[in-house]
Amino acid sequence: MSETTDPTTVHATIDVDAPQQRAFEVFTRDFGAFKPATHNLLAVPIAETLVERRVGGHIIDRGTDGSECHWARVLVYDPHDRFVFSWDISPAWQVETDPSRTSEVEVTFTAVTEDRTRVELTHRHLDRHGDGWTGVRDGVSTGEGWPLYLGRYADLITARASTTG
Amino acid sequence: MNTYAIDGWAALGDPTRRSIFARLAVAPSAVGELADRLPVSRPAVSQHLKVLKTAGLVTDERAGARRIYHVDQTGLSRLRTELDSYWQDTLAAYKRVVEQPDRGPQHPEHRHPPPGDSP
Repeated sequence: MSETTDPTTVHATIDVDAPQQRAFEVFTRDFGAFKPATHNLLAVPIAETLVERRVGGHIIDRGTDGSECHWARVLVYDPHDRFVFSWDISPAWQVETDPSRTSEVEVTFTAVTEDRTRVELTHRHLDRHGDGWTGVRDGVSTGEGWPLYLGRYADLITARASTTG
Repeated sequence: MNTYAIDGWAALGDPTRRSIFARLAVAPSAVGELADRLPVSRPAVSQHLKVLKTAGLVTDERAGARRIYHVDQTGLSRLRTELDSYWQDTLAAYKRVVEQPDRGPQHPEHRHPPPGDSP
């Protein structure tokens, strides 16, 4: 699996014992059932994750207190072949509201046999988050950029420390 | 998985280090410049920079007699590593779900696999 590695792209592939149609359905419908709970952008536990299965829809985490986090936009919804969504999450695991600073995730479904499907995931344009990592000059001077950003880092550390002590 | 002796998260847990890091995000600086603008002594700034450097958050380079610190551009590669394991985990979990018999729409309360056949 070692082709030329593009530093701005992450690939992951898995073969599953399920027909292509089911593979697509489960991925898009039950995303919340397998998405790691370790990266929660809400302040409270996630009650459910909804995928609005249409172009222009969102992927939404809903917290136990009713709060919501729209962290992805559905860019392509092509049953049962292809699903593409934006990754509106900054390197600090906060929601990124500027679409020009978001990356995208493409998931394709290819039948290997009738009952086996190859799922290939490509998370690309990671460099677009680069501004979030090194820039934000204006934000710093207004107090809404790095200081706030880093303050949240700290909050998360505290939260982590108290849960993993 | 973390190749740094100090986790970047932990390194930024200190408020002084955060402000040093925030200043370096605006402009690369030497130790003296940072010390002039912060209520911290020069040796203390050096010490904080050392921690930030060990955590992989800042790097330095020599410019004549001075050493200039700036935010480490390898943030991208660390983001990549993190997302790489995120998606590996996600697909592995997805495989477990999709290979189960269909149980209809997700039940978010299910944190454990469903019980086996009861007698």
